[in-house]
Amino acid sequence: MNGLIAAINDGQIRFLIILGYLCLLLVLGFFASRLFRGTKKDYLLASHSIGPFLLLMSLFGTTMTAFALVGSSGEAFRQGIGVYGMLASSSGIIHSLCFFLIGVKIYRFGRKYGYATQIQFFRDRLDSDLVGLLLFPVLVGLLIPYLLIGVMASGNVIEVMTAGAFPNIEMLQVFRPGTEEIDAAKSGAIPHDIGSLIVCGVVLIYVFFGGMRGTAWANAFQTTVFMILGVVAFVLLANKLGKGDTFFESLQNVTRSVDVDRLSRVDIPQTKFFTYMFIPLSVAMFPHLFQHWLTAKSAKTFKVPVIFHPIFILIVWLPCVLIGVWGTTLKLPPTFNANNILPYMVNKEIGTVMSGFLAAGILAAIMSSLDSQFLCIGSIFTNDIVIHYLGKDRFSDRSQIWIARIFVVIIVGVTYYLSTLGYASVFSMAVWSFSGFAGLFPIVFAALYWKRLSAAGAVSGILATFGSWYYLFRKSGFGEDADFVIALLGDDFPVMPVVPIFVCSLLAMVITTFLTSPPKDETVNRFFDSRQVG
Amino acid sequence: MRAVLILLIAGLIVAHQDFWYWEDTTLVWGVLPMGLFYHVCISLAASLVWLIACTFAWPKGIDEFEEDSLDNSTGGAA
Repeated sequence: MNGLIAAINDGQIRFLIILGYLCLLLVLGFFASRLFRGTKKDYLLASHSIGPFLLLMSLFGTTMTAFALVGSSGEAFRQGIGVYGMLASSSGIIHSLCFFLIGVKIYRFGRKYGYATQIQFFRDRLDSDLVGLLLFPVLVGLLIPYLLIGVMASGNVIEVMTAGAFPNIEMLQVFRPGTEEIDAAKSGAIPHDIGSLIVCGVVLIYVFFGGMRGTAWANAFQTTVFMILGVVAFVLLANKLGKGDTFFESLQNVTRSVDVDRLSRVDIPQTKFFTYMFIPLSVAMFPHLFQHWLTAKSAKTFKVPVIFHPIFILIVWLPCVLIGVWGTTLKLPPTFNANNILPYMVNKEIGTVMSGFLAAGILAAIMSSLDSQFLCIGSIFTNDIVIHYLGKDRFSDRSQIWIARIFVVIIVGVTYYLSTLGYASVFSMAVWSFSGFAGLFPIVFAALYWKRLSAAGAVSGILATFGSWYYLFRKSGFGEDADFVIALLGDDFPVMPVVPIFVCSLLAMVITTFLTSPPKDETVNRFFDSRQVG
Repeated sequence: MRAVLILLIAGLIVAHQDFWYWEDTTLVWGVLPMGLFYHVCISLAASLVWLIACTFAWPKGIDEFEEDSLDNSTGGAA
């Protein structure tokens, strides 16, 4: 046995751990598919059977992407501990706020009127087909960069982690730029296109067969994996770097060695910090979260996710942010990619096996978002295009499941194809994708709490969101320039682009609503009853 | 209770903008920088506020409705 292990190189060990993890997911998907009840409601919404714990895990897993492990440590490495307040504690407040104010009400209407997608809700609430027609390209268009980030990131993780696994395969050899010299550190890896394809294939299989139940189970499992691995990496790294007699002493030693600039927020402008708080509002309009909300067993099921979501964010982000600032004590070249700090430290300080598990954890965080997004786009195409325009009477329940499945396959294929085109700036597009969704927040909030909201108001809000988003996105060189500044009273204030997008959407919606006729009483009464729920 | 909850949430959002600890590099228990410790407390406080919200301000009658089926949804019929 020892001889066998000795014969396997580090890259192969990591490859086998990743492969084992992906196989485990397939087994989980297989078991979930055994519980499939054969109905469309079960395939898309798990027959509203998801309890509090599974809902907490699936909502948390869906909102946390690779950024939770890799990006948090990378940003802390770059900007210091302020990243936690900017992205984590703000999300703890705002995400739960959205679950409480938006999710619970949406769930009620979803159950009452049988919605499976956001577009169905908006069409009904505003009594307008045009709203649905406009929302469809906007939601799908904003979701695609989000999907691409996951697919591309998973390919990159597999490529980096399997470097050196197959050194003798000629086509996997990488040459140093401008020379014919083989770069041993990068050669022999599974190419990122193949890595992305493997991950897409695994996600496709368990979404295809397991539907929403398989997705929820896989999310719960994957969330558990990346939470545990983040904490384990933190403890092992603290002991290794701090070299204290106890864990607490090690923590003190390693944190004291960090440069003071990284222990404060001197590198983060206060206005930027404040305006980052608008970004998490995006969860109120994520179509995949909408679908997860509808899987809940009852409205009460939401209580556990609402209460524990901030603590779960804390459990994942605090260790990663500290690891990131500890990374600044290492001697690294100026060209070092900050996003690699966590895998680099784990590999260097802890060893091959743990870095293999960490790779699995990062893939878990990525896939726990990808699966819901694929299923959700399949659901949107099925319900809001095919069934809505061709008529539901033309399709049996079973046919509708197959239509959804075929769309999931098409979406996975298209996303994979786009990922191979290699958009270099796709990571910077994440914040733009979230900004677009956050810009739509006033519309979903008004739809639930403002009787007077008219269809024309919502249409104006959607158009203003898209118009301002596209204008600013183009002005930033399509995501190349991350700095956005508002000049006021002779001073420049760095802010997030989401602020002007949000303001445009809100103003357009409110002004147009007051300039147009109110909605019909008959429509309003379906959503605002005398008991004033919520 | 709704007014108290709104005040608590607004308080959380204001407390989140802690410009008063912006450049403080004190290490709490020698482990957590003040700016990080403070925001860990904000995360815990957020959880507590949501516990209060779910206990005392949970919308009444939210689970009382006659369920329609997915197939009977008008879904904004065309």
